Amino acid sequence: MVVAGKTCPGCGAGNHPDAVFCNLCQESFPSDGMSRLAGNRTGGAPGQTAPLLRGVPMLSFYEAASRNVRMSRLLFLALFSSFLAVGAGIGSTFGSVGYGVALALILYAILAATAYFRGSSIVLSIHGAREADRSTHQTLRNVVEEMSIASGLPLPRVFVMESPGINAFAAGRNPEEALVAVTTGLLDRLNREELQGVIGHEMAHIRSRDTLYYICAAVLVGSIALLADMFLRGAPFRGRGQAGGGRGNAATFGLGILLAILAPFAARILQMSISRQREYHADAVGAQLTRNPLGLASALEKIAQAGARVPGENRGTQHLFFVNPLRHFADDASALFSTHPSTDLRIKRLKAMAGIGEAVV
Amino acid sequence: MAWIPAILAVGLVGWFVLTYNVLVRLRNQFRNAWHQIDVQLKRRYDLIPNLVEVVKDYMAYEQETLTRVIEARGAAISAKGAGAQGKAENVLTESLKSLFAVVEKYPELKANQNVAALQEELTATENKISFARQFYNDSVMTYNNRIQSIPSNIIASVFDFSQAEYFEVGEESRAVPRADLR
Repeated sequence: MVVAGKTCPGCGAGNHPDAVFCNLCQESFPSDGMSRLAGNRTGGAPGQTAPLLRGVPMLSFYEAASRNVRMSRLLFLALFSSFLAVGAGIGSTFGSVGYGVALALILYAILAATAYFRGSSIVLSIHGAREADRSTHQTLRNVVEEMSIASGLPLPRVFVMESPGINAFAAGRNPEEALVAVTTGLLDRLNREELQGVIGHEMAHIRSRDTLYYICAAVLVGSIALLADMFLRGAPFRGRGQAGGGRGNAATFGLGILLAILAPFAARILQMSISRQREYHADAVGAQLTRNPLGLASALEKIAQAGARVPGENRGTQHLFFVNPLRHFADDASALFSTHPSTDLRIKRLKAMAGIGEAVV
Repeated sequence: MAWIPAILAVGLVGWFVLTYNVLVRLRNQFRNAWHQIDVQLKRRYDLIPNLVEVVKDYMAYEQETLTRVIEARGAAISAKGAGAQGKAENVLTESLKSLFAVVEKYPELKANQNVAALQEELTATENKISFARQFYNDSVMTYNNRIQSIPSNIIASVFDFSQAEYFEVGEESRAVPRADLR
C-alpha cells in the first residue's frame, strides 16, 4: 500500500491514515475520524446516558473489531518469537541453541496442555464460582441466553462468584465449552441493560476466542519465566555447557543473566498489551451484539464507583476479568503494564460509538 | 514441466471446494437463524396464556387490555405469509407493552412473585426475538457479502446461491421507545 501513514505524536509509531488512535500507545489523534464514523450527530452531551441509538453505523463496529484482531495476532506472534528467542539465547550461552529451543518448546507443550484442558476449572475454583441455577438467577440466565442468540454461539455455562465488587469473566478453550461468571455485586447493582452489556462483552471474548488467547499468552509468559528461573539456578544446562568446551565464560554468562532478567519482563508487557487490545475489541463486539454501547458504558461507570474486587483475585488471572480487579481506578491504566485500558477511555469510546460526546477515542 | 498445470488444477479444485463449502455453511446459518426466530415466537405464544391467567383476577377493570393481548396472540398464530405475520407480531408486541404498563399501576401485582417471574420471562423472550432477528440479519449480510464479492460470486452464480432477504421491522415498532421493566 502506498498511502501516507500517520505518525503518532506521542510515541512516533506509524499508523493507518484513517486511524483515530495510536496502535501502539492508544494516544488519540487530533482528527475527525470517529465523529465521521459516528455520523456527527448533534444534541448529545458527555455524560448523557439516554439510549440514543439510531444511526450507529455498523461499519464502526466491524472496523474496530477487525483492527483489534489484527493487532492482537501481531502481538501474539511477537510473544511467541520472543519465547523462542529466549530459549535459543539461553541455550547458546550454554553451548547448544537446539537444546535451548527444544527445552523451551517441551516446557511450553506441557504448560499449554495443562492450561488447555484444565484451565477453566482451575480458574473457577480459584475464584470460588458456583453454577447459577434457573430459579434464583432467572434474569442472569435469560440475559446470557439472549446474548448467545445474538452472537449465534452455543449457550455457555453460567457461574456466580460471591462478592460485593462488580466484575465478570469468561473462560473456555472453545465456544462449545465456554462459561461466563459474574459477581453477586454485579447482579445486585446493574440493571438489565447494563447486565446485557457486560454479558455481551464476555460473549465477544468467547466468540473471538480471546479465552483461548488468554490462556496461551499466560502459558507462554509463564514458561519464559520458568525457563529464565531454571537458567538462573543453572539446573539442567550447567553440566552440558562446561563439558562442551568451556563456552560458559563470563561474557556469555552475563548476557544470559541479562536475558533471563529481561525476558519475563518483556513477555509480561506483551501479554498486557494483548489483553488491552482485546478489551477494546470485546467492548466493540459486545456493543455490536446488544446494539447498545451505552448499556456497557453505564456498567463501567458503576464499576468505577463500586469497585471490581473478586474473591481469590491474583496476578495470574487478572487479565481474564471484565475490569482488572487488582487495579485502582485512579491509576493511569494506559501505562504499559496494565492488563486493561483505563475505564474512562473505554467509556469514552463506547459513547463515541453511540454518537455521544467528543471524538476522544 | 508437466506438474505445473497439475498443481494449478489441484489448487483450483481446492479453492472451489473450500469456497463452495463456505457458501453452504453461510446459507445454512442464515436459514437456521430464521428458524430460531420461530422458536422464540412460539415460546412467546406459550407464555402469554400463563401471564393472562395470573393477572386477570387482579385486573378486573383492565379487561380490555387483556382481551387485546389474547386477540393479538390469536391473530399472530393464525397469520399466513411473512408480511402478515410480521404485522401481527408487531401488534402483539405493542399489546404486551401496554399490558406491562398496566401491571406497573398495580402494586400487589408487581409484588407477586409469579407475575414478576412471568414478566421477566416475557421480557427475555421479547429480547430473544429481536436478537434472533438481529442475528438473522447479520447472517444474511455475511452471506450476501460472500456471494456478491469476487471471486466467490462466480461459484455462487454457477450453483445458484441466490440473495437472501433481510428481515424488515415495521414503522410502528421503530417509533416505540424501549420500556425499562426493572
